Amino acid sequence: MTHWIVAPIILPAFVAAFVILAARYHIGIQRVFSVSSVLALIAIASGLAWQAADGTITLYQMGDWAAPFGIVLVADQLSTLMVLLTAVMALFVLLYVIGSGWDDRGRHFHALFQFQLMGIMGAFLTGDLFNLFVFFEVLLIASYGLMIHAGGNARLRAGVQYVLFNLIGSTLFLFALGSIYAETGTLNMADLANRVALIGAEETVGIRVAAVLLLLVFAIKAAIVPLHFWLPSSYAEAPAPVAALFAIMTKVGAYAIIRVYTMIFPPDLDITSGLHDLWLLPAALVTLAIGMIGVLAAQKLDRLVAFSIIGSMGMVMVSISLFTPAGIAAALYYIVHSTLAGAALFLIVDLVRTGRANLNLTPQPPAAGHALTAALFFIAAIAMAGLPPLSGFLGKLLILAAAFDTDLVVWIWVIVLGSSLISIVGFARAGSVLFWKAHSLEATDEADAMPRPAALSYVAVGGLIALLAAHTIFAGQVHGYTTAIAAQLFDPDPYIATVLDAPGKLSTPKGDH
Amino acid sequence: MELLVASAIGILTAGGLYLVLRLRTFPVILGISLLTYAVNVFLFASGRLTTGAPPILRDGAEVYTDPLPQALVLTAIVISFGMTAVVVMISLGAFLGSDDDHVDDQPETDEDVSEGTS
Repeated sequence: MTHWIVAPIILPAFVAAFVILAARYHIGIQRVFSVSSVLALIAIASGLAWQAADGTITLYQMGDWAAPFGIVLVADQLSTLMVLLTAVMALFVLLYVIGSGWDDRGRHFHALFQFQLMGIMGAFLTGDLFNLFVFFEVLLIASYGLMIHAGGNARLRAGVQYVLFNLIGSTLFLFALGSIYAETGTLNMADLANRVALIGAEETVGIRVAAVLLLLVFAIKAAIVPLHFWLPSSYAEAPAPVAALFAIMTKVGAYAIIRVYTMIFPPDLDITSGLHDLWLLPAALVTLAIGMIGVLAAQKLDRLVAFSIIGSMGMVMVSISLFTPAGIAAALYYIVHSTLAGAALFLIVDLVRTGRANLNLTPQPPAAGHALTAALFFIAAIAMAGLPPLSGFLGKLLILAAAFDTDLVVWIWVIVLGSSLISIVGFARAGSVLFWKAHSLEATDEADAMPRPAALSYVAVGGLIALLAAHTIFAGQVHGYTTAIAAQLFDPDPYIATVLDAPGKLSTPKGDH
Repeated sequence: MELLVASAIGILTAGGLYLVLRLRTFPVILGISLLTYAVNVFLFASGRLTTGAPPILRDGAEVYTDPLPQALVLTAIVISFGMTAVVVMISLGAFLGSDDDHVDDQPETDEDVSEGTS
């Protein structure tokens, strides 16, 4: 048994505690430790992904307690991919934070950042539903602190909404867990997969309620319509680098839906039939449409990007809710793409903000670094809207191809293509107003006095865009890998066997539980 | 006893939901507290209700209650307590900063209209 699986959770926890206790007044030391921690996370995550790449599923039993009794961490292809994605994205966000000096505008940024990483990593790695709840709370409570970092009335108000909404979500999660435990007597995912399949046709009321409640909780996290209302103002009012980090948080919801609804409540299970295609797919289509219409309707750049996040989550969920191997593979490809593109866009929003009085979509005189920011916005917008040649286009093609055999193919194609057109118009309008019309105005002294964004900020955004380019160039390999992940997800028996058959304290002989 | 526990959960949830739907932070926070009480009792009851039995298996014990929900409730209580403290502090900050404790987004221009809506 390798202990490396627990490292992505332990390492940020220790670094956060160290930063708070020993280095709270030294921003330089905090930066060094934070960056080294994220670099180490990337190394560990690459190692884990390498280990899982051939389909090996590695198990880590907390305190050596055997699976249904103790908490387990499981590293399979899906979770290691998400861990690696989080670590890589966190590095660029952190570089931007240091370059732009955001971390010095309030206290404890780096500690909260590390706690947030700990929660996200834990949510991806855990094999236990209640432990998933705990890691959700860890990442949420860190995100509450990050969300109101650097203060301000508008930010605090949006923070209150965000916290209240998520508290209600957590309560709902507990209700779902309680009903699952009452029905099955276990909260271990692998054990649940076995026991839910055994529930007779007559006594399905409780487990069906639990399945729907759980889906609602994950839908709140993934911002699926009609549970998306928390996202636009929270993401728009949060500090831009924090919003960029939050781009992975919606994906935690998508990850949880993929995990739970392929393993515990698979689409061919009778008791939850209809949940996937009858409810999730239309909701995902509406999410996509509303997100992209929001892009067109937004009056401020930060809201525009927030709505584009909702739209891209809709795209991801459309592909997930097909619940076919091709659909999940396409969704995973698109998740990687939209995380990187969303993070890049939020960072660009902050680049734009440094040279302007506000983010309203009105022409203002060009500021220092205008041309480079415009070019980066252009590339990131192309990626997010899904135009060729970047990976958003390939992701959409994969999703359209995956939807080709389904009953709702007409609806999916019309809404995916229509919303792409709308988002292109929305991004083009924003770009032309912000960057082209700026040149029709005389540069004022005030605009000249605005500071130029630091070089490190551009490095961070450029790095994310380079990753998008790599994601496009190596699309064949990446899609091959996500196809392998989807195949592993739809054959959960090795996962279940790995978790339940590993010996440990209190373990029962095979086939006896 | 099942009826008592079930109706207690139901009443707490109903009251909590009603308060959560209010527009100002104080009732909403109270509502969330009620909801967390309801969910704590609910979690506790998810291991079936047994009175006067030890929560552990030991030699000679004929009946025992399921100890796991008690552990879950303990975790849930700690987390919800911490979260409530956080939300109280953030809402206090928001209220003291803007002199307005509405939860919903207010239009930035018409501040006079916002009075008397809760």
